[in-house]
Amino acid sequence: MTMVSIVSPISNGYSTGPEKIGSRWRAFARTAFPFLVVGGIWEIVAHLGIFPQRLFPTLEDVAITFVQLTISGILPHHVIETLIRLFCGFALAGTMGILIGIAMGQSRRAEDIFLPLVSIGAPIPGLAYAPLFLLWFGLGNLSTILLVAFVSVFPVIINTWTGGKAVREIWVRSAKAMGSDDRQLFRYVILPGTLPYILTGLRLGLAQAWRILVAVEMLAAVPWGLGWLIFGAREFLNTDVMLAAIVVIGGIGLALEKFVFKRLEDYTVVRWGMMVS
Amino acid sequence: MTNASVHIRSARRAAITLLFAAAVYETLARSGIFAAALLPTLPQVAQTLVAMLVDGTMVWHVAYTLYRVIFGFSLAVAVGVPLGILMGRFRAVENFFLPLASALMPIPSLAWVPVFILWFGIGNTTTILIVFYAATFPMLLNAWSGVRAVNPLWLRAAGVMGASERRLFWKVIVPGASPFIITGLRQAFLRAWIAVVGAEMLAASNWGLGWTIFDAKEFLNADVMLASLAVIGCIGFIFERLVFGSLERITVIRWGMMRAAKD
Amino acid sequence: MRPIEIRDVSLIYETPAGNVPGVQSVSFQIAASEFVCIVGPSGCGKSTLLNIIAGFLTPTVGEIRIDGKAVTGQGQDRGVVFQDFAQLFPWRTALGNVAFGLEMQGMEKNRRETIAMEQLGLVKLEKFAQSYPHHLSGGMQQRVAIARALAYNPAVLLMDEPFAALDALTRDDMQRLLADVWRKTRKTVIYVTHNVAEAVYLADRVVVMTPHPGTVKTEVLIRLPRPRDPLSVEFLDYQRQLLQHLGQHAAAG
Repeated sequence: MTMVSIVSPISNGYSTGPEKIGSRWRAFARTAFPFLVVGGIWEIVAHLGIFPQRLFPTLEDVAITFVQLTISGILPHHVIETLIRLFCGFALAGTMGILIGIAMGQSRRAEDIFLPLVSIGAPIPGLAYAPLFLLWFGLGNLSTILLVAFVSVFPVIINTWTGGKAVREIWVRSAKAMGSDDRQLFRYVILPGTLPYILTGLRLGLAQAWRILVAVEMLAAVPWGLGWLIFGAREFLNTDVMLAAIVVIGGIGLALEKFVFKRLEDYTVVRWGMMVS
Repeated sequence: MTNASVHIRSARRAAITLLFAAAVYETLARSGIFAAALLPTLPQVAQTLVAMLVDGTMVWHVAYTLYRVIFGFSLAVAVGVPLGILMGRFRAVENFFLPLASALMPIPSLAWVPVFILWFGIGNTTTILIVFYAATFPMLLNAWSGVRAVNPLWLRAAGVMGASERRLFWKVIVPGASPFIITGLRQAFLRAWIAVVGAEMLAASNWGLGWTIFDAKEFLNADVMLASLAVIGCIGFIFERLVFGSLERITVIRWGMMRAAKD
Repeated sequence: MRPIEIRDVSLIYETPAGNVPGVQSVSFQIAASEFVCIVGPSGCGKSTLLNIIAGFLTPTVGEIRIDGKAVTGQGQDRGVVFQDFAQLFPWRTALGNVAFGLEMQGMEKNRRETIAMEQLGLVKLEKFAQSYPHHLSGGMQQRVAIARALAYNPAVLLMDEPFAALDALTRDDMQRLLADVWRKTRKTVIYVTHNVAEAVYLADRVVVMTPHPGTVKTEVLIRLPRPRDPLSVEFLDYQRQLLQHLGQHAAAG
């Protein structure tokens, strides 16, 4: 977001401090404003009692529930279980995806073998496989993790493969002219040359995994996890619990997007000028 | 050229891979290591598919799913495109809606399903709203960045040539943003397609492809699941390749603008 | 330094329209520490010939000998500089790029970085050792590329129109710098260009090639003292002489 520059009456050279704080405060107020409006409307509707309180709780109720669940350790437990599943599934997908993608990018044979499978598997919504996985691997963690891995592996494969093809011929030539053998070529040229695409693939894969995981937790009837927390709360019409859990889900989603790969990208491909941040 | 022969070889290898995969599956299914109900043979799956098509159940499932996904998707386009364009054109609109969109976007649409079930009950309304939720954000953000990416030179050129604000909008901004809007349509449909299957599993009753798959689990009907999966894959493929592919071909690729949308 | 011999080299491209000779029966020798320019219009096979010497292409007939030994494939006895700025590895600093060849030999870090730093000094870029390529201008990137090709001390430096993508002023600077680097290192250089003035400015000897098929038409010795004055009568005479050899093709360029 670009800041609107404000003209400060003080121009003695010390003005940057207060001016900066002022414009930062303004930016904050501008971001907060829409939330205040929407929150205000929500409060009015909730207090008017048009809808049953249980189905449309006030924001105070949601906040209180959130605090209670956090203090009692219930919410953190759900969060940790969900994150562990996400991590396991995604780690599996990342490893397999990068290996298969690089093999496809480097060898015509691997490409011919995997490409048909990938192009058939990728467009089918991963969630459609969920019941099948549950049938095959049973309700619970194994199915959930495998499904998350299965869903997020495709973006990783496709991007890594594309990246392998995008490694410039001239880098390969230069490296060979400077005496790289095949192993060195792979490690010092092909891998860093493919990295922007690998990171994009991982990022997309993680987002995909996150979108699916919550739903899979609902279907797989795992005893802990944010998806199950929401789904289970439905039975007792605990809308406040659901909304509190959704806030947490949104927060984690945002954090995954903003911090996990952003840092890694800034440190590598953005610094190398291979990608704009 | 040698290009064609490479093509033929790739196609042949693809066929070999798929045949091989099918053969492995078939061997496993017939080996009796796994229960037949869990791992039906391919002819069985084909038979089920044909039977469901002939007695019309599959057609109804498809019709329900398509109705929900197209309804929700159209709603998302109707809201997302105008709002995105307004956000791109007017600071105030952007300042108001961008923070809201950024806060709601990271929440997976399917997380809302239980809440929507409480609010709207099980059935079409919930499913359609979930699809709408899933598809709106990619649409909105692409339209918004599309308008912002319209080359200022075009605006200036059009201004010099005497275009009014209204004409500027329809003749320059909308076509200029169209590569992004078309990318948005594509992404939005992909999200909508995932959302509809998930939402139907959790919140539909009696009809819909997602519902059939989930329902089949109760009765260990793996053949029904696989048949529905095949149909889901086909429909996804048709939309992705034929509908959006040809939409791109007749518009932005012809204008040589596709690069802009991909960057 | 070792002499290089190009012996009866031909390369024939197989296309659907039939066999097209890219380079035909090219033979010449290059003495140790000699600066040879190959000039010719586009399509005369000069870049193809350089790629053969570099080992990226295998000739259909003939061979390349360095110091009497036939070479095949790429090797550290040849350093290559391309026209494309993108030849540098974006994920390595200028220093990291220059040290690459030494790293491939397995030289330890301190030693290779000392040598790389010296090479950067040769092209006057010590200050930018820690910069990534995308922060360097086109001319600076090409200087890094030259340092990189020299760092592992190859017998010969192969340059394929390294300055063709630069603006005219930068190109003049780069030519002066290269002449300076050559005076200091005394490397054998094979330099491909379509720019006649550049060839006269840099070369001891100019090999003129003509297309259809790509063959050596003639060779011209440049007997001018260095540093050379591009505005001197003798310089312009050489230029005119080369242009005559090239005929119509080069007159436009």
